[in-house]
Amino acid sequence: MSATLSSNDGAAVRAVDVTRHYQMGGALIRAADGISLEIPRGEFLAILGASGSGKSTLLNLLAGLDRPTSGAIFAEGRDLAKMSGEELAHHRSHTIGMVFQAFHLLPRMTLEENVELPLRLAEVPRSERPARVGEALGRVLLGARRGHRPTELSGGEQQRAAIARALVNRPSILLADEPTGNLDSRTGEEILRLIEEIHRPGGGAPAVSVIVVTHERALAERYADRIVTMSDGRISNEERRR
Amino acid sequence: MKIRDLCELAGRNLRESLLRNSLTTLGIGVGVASLVAMLSLGIGLQQLAMRRLERTGLFDSVMVRPRQLGGPNGGVRQRFGIEAQPQSIRPLDEDARQQIAKLPGVLEVYSPMRFNAEVSLSGATSPATAASAAAPGSPSQSPQGPGGLRGMMTAISGLPNSDSTNDAFDGMQGRFFSSQQAQEVILSNDLAQSLADDAKIQPAALVGRTITVRFPQRQSRPAPAADETSAGAQPPANTDNPVDLALGFTIVPAEKQFTIVGVIISGQPGAGPGGFESSGAYIPLGVAQQLDPVQGSDLREVMGEAAASRGGARYVSLTVRTDGTSAVAAVEASIKQMGYQTFSLLDVTRNLQRFFAVLDMFLGIFGSLALAVASLGIINTLVMAILERRREIGVLKALGAADRDVRRLFFVEAAAMGLLGGALGVGLGWGIGRVINFGTTFYLHRQGLPSENIWSVPWWLVLAAMGFSVLVSLAAGTYPASRAARLDPVEALRYE
Repeated sequence: MSATLSSNDGAAVRAVDVTRHYQMGGALIRAADGISLEIPRGEFLAILGASGSGKSTLLNLLAGLDRPTSGAIFAEGRDLAKMSGEELAHHRSHTIGMVFQAFHLLPRMTLEENVELPLRLAEVPRSERPARVGEALGRVLLGARRGHRPTELSGGEQQRAAIARALVNRPSILLADEPTGNLDSRTGEEILRLIEEIHRPGGGAPAVSVIVVTHERALAERYADRIVTMSDGRISNEERRR
Repeated sequence: MKIRDLCELAGRNLRESLLRNSLTTLGIGVGVASLVAMLSLGIGLQQLAMRRLERTGLFDSVMVRPRQLGGPNGGVRQRFGIEAQPQSIRPLDEDARQQIAKLPGVLEVYSPMRFNAEVSLSGATSPATAASAAAPGSPSQSPQGPGGLRGMMTAISGLPNSDSTNDAFDGMQGRFFSSQQAQEVILSNDLAQSLADDAKIQPAALVGRTITVRFPQRQSRPAPAADETSAGAQPPANTDNPVDLALGFTIVPAEKQFTIVGVIISGQPGAGPGGFESSGAYIPLGVAQQLDPVQGSDLREVMGEAAASRGGARYVSLTVRTDGTSAVAAVEASIKQMGYQTFSLLDVTRNLQRFFAVLDMFLGIFGSLALAVASLGIINTLVMAILERRREIGVLKALGAADRDVRRLFFVEAAAMGLLGGALGVGLGWGIGRVINFGTTFYLHRQGLPSENIWSVPWWLVLAAMGFSVLVSLAAGTYPASRAARLDPVEALRYE
């Protein structure tokens, strides 16, 4: 790991004047336009905004899936812009857990195999894998469904399986892009509650920093420590709930 | 990602689109089969040609002579004191023969024996004229004998045991000699025909009959003694006179009976470089040496070798049989280092090998064309897989897969198809070769010819074909793997 360390300010993630512009035909799309944001370790942050406001772009930048046009992003004190592709992959594997609106479980694999996938990528020894997979599936209450394929599960169960997959490598930051977007309101609430439990595991375990992109203000207000609202690639509002 | 995980994921991916991947693998298999069939045919033909050549006894033999100085007559001129001898010539004696026999790759070393004689079926031999000459290999008739059957002048060669595998004995009536000391003879087709015509029987009926061989035999002169001056005794050789020393033997007529054990139907045994010329009859080399007949090469001895040979056996030439054509070069080099002249047909073998190398290359190129077409199938299959698994690649990257992991995953899939296709192709190629061989054998059988194996799949071809298949598959997978690795995860995750 050769990326330069930033000043250790205790932030899980810190974005400094980040821009992400796309050229689409003759038009320049400013998906993120000078965003500065700091998420302290252990915070539950909700990002709200209309479609096309730049929420998902910001989340992809924070995850290291995308690189900013300008500005810097620090995750656990390390500048993502200065990481090589290999280092970014290692960062995504070991520091970040990602949950998607469309679940993105691999349909030909069982739940167990889906959850094991990040362990394969992180080169976790085979002997440790069954226990880790069992622990992650147990945490989302799907231990009994480990042999099932995603198509045999409900939407809520699939999202819980996706959360188990995001947690299996024990990341310090959980990023969720519209995790309730494909679910009914009751199931959505269950998923947010589950994320909240992961965020504050209890028993003296360190809190997981959570960044959730959502449309649902009510849920965000109920679970988030802080809510950031975006419009036109900028942060238009910020309110602290706790 | 660890290689075992890569292989498991690749195997899962390949099973997912079973039909398409199977067809691609089958395409590779057909390509490899074409390559294997072509090359195995080339190798089989080469082996057949080399086998036939080796069995003539001409290509695995080296002829050895003493090194000569001062041109063709140098040795004689030096002995007669005409020229000073600039350096000593290493004699080709029994010590040298044994030394050569111990060289690696040498089967046996012997002095070739070939002499003219008159042969006739026993009980009807005409008086021999030892001095009469005959064209080698073709029997000529001498005056009719008292029994009514004529004697035939012909050349007789001594054959070592190693000649029993000679091509010429294929399909022979009868058998090879039972031992090197057996009083047995094998007749050439021409001589057998002449003898059989005279006796009014079929040539094959000669087997088991006895023939009488009359030949000029050498008889050693007594060793010269300086004090031997008494009247009536043979005039002593003057050791100061090189001519007196040179005439080392006298010639007397001799006769011997042999049992005919074989009649060669077609062809002639080459019997190594010393026996390029065909003979009318063949007897065991050991027996021929015991007969001590006068040979054409004895002229050299008469001209001066006798004096030198008094200390023990000296040879005008030796024939060295090796255990295969591949050993000839090394054996020849070793003998040259010992100080002798050598001669072999190695260059002919080399030219033949060069011809087959070129033939194999062309066959390989034609065989590879099908594999090249099959490699396009791999590219197509993997590019299709990228399109189908675009979102999956995005998920893998989001979960922590590096570009390298994705690239390697596609390479493993390509290599697996190559390996399976290679194995399938080797099997198919083997089957095609068996069919070709069966067809050839059937055809030869219909033509009344012995069957021939014209196809061979050596183990190295199996490994090379499979390795080549994997390499071609990896090369074909380079573009799809690189394209998959460069896929933008954000775009890939958006893909529906």
